[in-house]
Amino acid sequence: MASYTFHRKNRPLALYAGAFAVFIYLPIMFIPLFSFNSGWYVKFPLESFTFHWYVDLFQREQLMRALWNSIKVALFVSFFSTLIAIPAALAVARYRMPGKSAAIGFIMLPLVLPGIIMGTSILGLMNWFNVTLSLVTVTIGQMVICLPYAIAVLLPRFIGVGRALEEASADLGEPPLRTFFRVTLPIALPGVLACLLMTFTISFEEYFMAFFLGGTEITLPIYIWTQLRFPDDFPSLLALATLIITFSFILVFASLRLARIGESLTQEGAR
Amino acid sequence: MISLRNVNKAFGRVQAVRDVSLEIAKGEFFSLLGASGSGKTTLLRMIAGFESVTSGKILIDGQEIQDSPPHLRPINMVFQNYAIFPHLNVRDNIAYGLQRLGTPKAEQARMVDAMLEMIALPGYGDRRATQLSGGQMQRVALARALILKPKVLLLDEPLGALDKQLREQMQLELRSLQRQLGITFILVTHDQEEALTLSDRVAVMENGAVIQVDTPAGLYDHPTNRAVAAFVGSMNFFDATVHGQGDAYRAEIAGLGPQRLNGQAGARQDGARVLVAIRPESLTLSPTAPEAPQPSVQGRITARQYMGGRQMLHVAVEGRAAPVAVSIVAQRGDDPWDGSEGRPVWLTWGPGAISLLDAE
Ligand SMILES: Nc1ncnc2c1ncn2[C@@H]1O[C@H](COP(=O)(O)OP(=O)(O)O)[C@@H](O)[C@H]1O
Ligand SMILES: [Mg+2]
Repeated sequence: MASYTFHRKNRPLALYAGAFAVFIYLPIMFIPLFSFNSGWYVKFPLESFTFHWYVDLFQREQLMRALWNSIKVALFVSFFSTLIAIPAALAVARYRMPGKSAAIGFIMLPLVLPGIIMGTSILGLMNWFNVTLSLVTVTIGQMVICLPYAIAVLLPRFIGVGRALEEASADLGEPPLRTFFRVTLPIALPGVLACLLMTFTISFEEYFMAFFLGGTEITLPIYIWTQLRFPDDFPSLLALATLIITFSFILVFASLRLARIGESLTQEGAR
Repeated sequence: MISLRNVNKAFGRVQAVRDVSLEIAKGEFFSLLGASGSGKTTLLRMIAGFESVTSGKILIDGQEIQDSPPHLRPINMVFQNYAIFPHLNVRDNIAYGLQRLGTPKAEQARMVDAMLEMIALPGYGDRRATQLSGGQMQRVALARALILKPKVLLLDEPLGALDKQLREQMQLELRSLQRQLGITFILVTHDQEEALTLSDRVAVMENGAVIQVDTPAGLYDHPTNRAVAAFVGSMNFFDATVHGQGDAYRAEIAGLGPQRLNGQAGARQDGARVLVAIRPESLTLSPTAPEAPQPSVQGRITARQYMGGRQMLHVAVEGRAAPVAVSIVAQRGDDPWDGSEGRPVWLTWGPGAISLLDAE
């Protein structure tokens, strides 16, 4: 059988995958390790176990402010970029229009543009219009970054819902907007939640927009970057990084889970 | 009740529907029959409102509807792939269209229960719709449309995905349901047997155009066109020439010889080239020459084919390249044509067996 060789265990490939995982995750594993180490320096041998650096985090007023800023911005960015991406993705999924592939390429362009270029050009634009830099401008800048990701996540979900179900709804008497809320959105909902989580994560970790457009307000990545100059603060940053990594893992895992649920729903719908 | 007037549909350069005009009566079971790609689905989707007409009019009860959106047409459709809502249970699928009408909740529940009873799925209301079998989904799709009491129900190859046994059972159910409710049904199918057994009338489509509209018996006995004759059942075609005039028409049929015509010739000219069509089951075979003076020709059996309760014998005759197909009822046990290959036989036919078509 042709499929036999295909499904056989492939030892070299398994080894390669293992090495790949180690390569990606080993550096990350050191961060939590040293965040519980009482010594100042990141070096072996480890000294004693401590929660000191974690406790220290909560006594830094500036950090708390940056964290709160990051959360606020990420909430707004994820909500609004998802809100804007939904009709865009739906239009791309449903309608034939001239120059569609060019339009998609244009929407996806920020994915490959370096953040520093996007940051400076949006800064130029804000200056041109005399806009005062604040968390609002950071939010706008990060939405530009997030939109292509949001559309990329939503598009397959809306394609998966399938025109037939929307036609069935129209056939049963529902006008387009009600069809969207009764059929399209509920079926694509896991994808929408995945989109919210992903854009939240992107915004939370984003550096360049926050750096160029933040004015006097800073977000968490900016805070971390500025504190790196002080060796005394390094263990605390490791503790902070550990918290962020844990949090991100949970978010990403949840959004992958949702994506899978969404896939099974839309596949059933497309039958 | 439904009128199509010179309806056309073009997708870019593809002319999917050509100048279709039809009148479908209230309570009629009407079928669109044609090979894949003949434009049946496109025509149905124009009636439902999912495709715009390129030109022409569609009227229901005298009102033009070709420009109104699908959700405002008094028409419901059963989709080819069912299009059951995967996020709703069976009950909510069936009640879907009632919400818009503002039917009270208790009344909705009662109507859904009645529908579940009617489609023989009582107690299935709380099942997930996606856990149903194909035949059950089909019924839910039907119930979901019928609960709205549409004037017209459109069905696009609704039984195509079902296995043979279930399909035949559903055909009977569809037919009795339609009788019982008195709703106009327009059924799309590529299965001629399905169209003939279910419908009051059938429109045969080819290449986007309707080439004949008639009752099943009319289509079968009097096809006006070679494509219809070939599509509906099987058929022997003979080249022929018409001779004579008035009441004394004669046809000179290649392979069968001369044949008197009883009014079938219509107003054809002397010497007109025509096509004679004879059903395999309208021919009879006998091992000896017939005694009574009736049209007959001698031939030789070249092959036999069993087809369920019938067998098809291929008889070579002089003056015709292809053998003539003759269908006879297969006898169990005692088979008079056993070992008959190569034997001479006589073909006979009655005067009504012949249909005259225009030669292409
Ligand atoms: N949306 C469309 N765009 C372009 N061509 C189409 C479209 N829908 C149908 N067609 C073409 O129209 C013709 C008739 O198709 P269809 O109505 O689906 O036939 P049927 O249902 O009889 O199989 C086919 O040639 C098909 O390729
Ligand atoms: Mg079709």
